[in-house]
Amino acid sequence: MNWLRAFGRFWLDFIVGDDWKIAAGVALALLGGAALAASVSAESTWVAPVIGAGIVLVFAAVVIADVRGR
Amino acid sequence: MSTGTTWGLLAATFTASFVEFVEALTIVLALGATRGWRSTLAGAGAAVVALTAFTAVAGYALVTWLPRSALQLAIGALLLVFGLQWLRKAILRSSGLKAMHDEAEEYREQEAAARAASDEQRFGLDWFAFVVSFKGVFLEGAEVVFIVITFGSNAGNVGLAAAGAAAAGIVVVAAGVIAHRPLERVPENALKYAVGVLLASFGTFWSVEGLGVVQPGRASLEWPGGDWALLVLIAAWFVTSRILIRVLPSLSGRRVPVAASS
Repeated sequence: MNWLRAFGRFWLDFIVGDDWKIAAGVALALLGGAALAASVSAESTWVAPVIGAGIVLVFAAVVIADVRGR
Repeated sequence: MSTGTTWGLLAATFTASFVEFVEALTIVLALGATRGWRSTLAGAGAAVVALTAFTAVAGYALVTWLPRSALQLAIGALLLVFGLQWLRKAILRSSGLKAMHDEAEEYREQEAAARAASDEQRFGLDWFAFVVSFKGVFLEGAEVVFIVITFGSNAGNVGLAAAGAAAAGIVVVAAGVIAHRPLERVPENALKYAVGVLLASFGTFWSVEGLGVVQPGRASLEWPGGDWALLVLIAAWFVTSRILIRVLPSLSGRRVPVAASS
């Protein structure tokens, strides 16, 4: 069981890294993007840039909030 | 795959792998110099064998079981998290809020830890040297494998991605054998910044394309301009990072504690 826990922790640390807020921000931005993509037609070419801009803004907000909270 | 994407793939895998190989080399050199080369190299060799098995299983599972758009979303999202962690550290370092990564300092710390450790012997090996060397090479190597699989499978050219990583490995190992000390002159912080921008850009590109999996046809979303959108994303992440480097010091009241890890 200890081995399993250590294995899970290794992969969690590996993927999430040392700031979980970045991973949470990416998950949030992609969930919002998925909701947007599901509500429009496949031919809407503006969707990808809008979601991309959302990811950039979420990252900037997370880093700024992190620094201001220190 | 366009020429631009090909060069981007090669440059990204080479540079990202180069940084990881430099970190693994530092650990192996520090252990070899203080605890002996036999157990250290045995640990590094065992890690390479474990990594090869891991790569074969993970690569086969990803490519076989997931449809293209789901694959783009899954590994694009992981690449994005990975790249943004690097970019965050690079931004904090460039804005003076985090200490620069110093490979010489890392080497001294590894050496001191190796000297202070016990002399336990198992299977005729210095167990400390074997385990630390194995863990160090496996961890840094897993990051290389991850980058090769994500970049290679998304761009439809795992061979080219692997070639970029292998070339970086050969250059670093050759330099390490010749120099016999950590590669201090490598501009590691600048490289990590560049890799962070590249990983974030490719991660954004692929994860957003992969969101087409939620649409009725499950086809990938299209970026205006196709692969050329990557250049716009690289510019967008670079400009965003420069703005953050400018504004963050004025938002922080104090310096962030030193953490000279990866």
